[in-house]
Amino acid sequence: MSARIGVVTFPGSLDDRDAARAVRLAGGEAVSLWHADAGLRDVDAVVLPGGFSYGDYLRAGAISRFAPIMDAVVDAARGGMPVLGICNGFQVLTEVHLLPGSMIKNNHLHFVCRDQTLRVENAETAWTSDFEAGQEITIPLKNQDGQYVADEHTLDALEAEGRVVFRYVDVNPNGSRRDIAGISNERGNVVGLMPHPEHAVERGYGPDSVDAGRSGTDGLGFFTSALSALLAKA
Amino acid sequence: MPIIVVDVMPKPEILDPQGKAVGAALPRLGFDGFSQVRQGKRFELTVDGEVTPEILDQARKAAETMLSNPVIEDVVNVAVEETA
Repeated sequence: MSARIGVVTFPGSLDDRDAARAVRLAGGEAVSLWHADAGLRDVDAVVLPGGFSYGDYLRAGAISRFAPIMDAVVDAARGGMPVLGICNGFQVLTEVHLLPGSMIKNNHLHFVCRDQTLRVENAETAWTSDFEAGQEITIPLKNQDGQYVADEHTLDALEAEGRVVFRYVDVNPNGSRRDIAGISNERGNVVGLMPHPEHAVERGYGPDSVDAGRSGTDGLGFFTSALSALLAKA
Repeated sequence: MPIIVVDVMPKPEILDPQGKAVGAALPRLGFDGFSQVRQGKRFELTVDGEVTPEILDQARKAAETMLSNPVIEDVVNVAVEETA
């Protein structure tokens, strides 16, 4: 039996189906979760997908964090369940205080959509164990509010504790502090990042790679990492 | 009916990209007397009836927990206003 990875759909989520597809391509069972439900349907891990939940009204992720399902997600995350927040999902994770800091509008004010190279700084989290520390990967980035900010004390703590999981390479596309693209909680089971691994999981539909156009599948490692972590535990 | 006004501003140390863009556009229209613009949010909470201390307290709590994010914003004003 394969592990069950839930993908939460909020009103305005866009990438929930792509995330579910990524789970299946990685060999897991994708389970649809609805924001208004209270339970997690016995899933082993949760993905909060990208999009514009509640139209980004108030602040990105600010209203979704009060969705009924988020109580269960927070409880499960504190208990060690792997949770991945992608883009808007990352914003929800900061608003619900599972991850520190916040995202504000890109420093240049433009929406960004590009294939983005990242360096995996920590390959020991639940979502990065199939990568090597220092490995460079390329996955799409697309957002308006992607500038990661936190106070200097928080940034220093994240660096010291190895909780900067991904850093932008070559260009900092949005003004994020210290080129931070993604971070984790102390335990490493909760990871959030702005770029989109679920859009780089299948040849023909991913970013360009050295092999051929659109053949990049670097995002698959996120999901296989979680599945390996869950199998190791079982 | 009275309203409770909540004003939220980006923290001083956080770069405010929207305010910066507005600030850069003003001189193009000849408004050259302003050295900086910062853009915040104003919320108006309508109260049916009297604004009791409990309701004002609720507004302050809502301002701190939902209407603002303390990582990037400050609640700079919570005040009662009578509307016509």
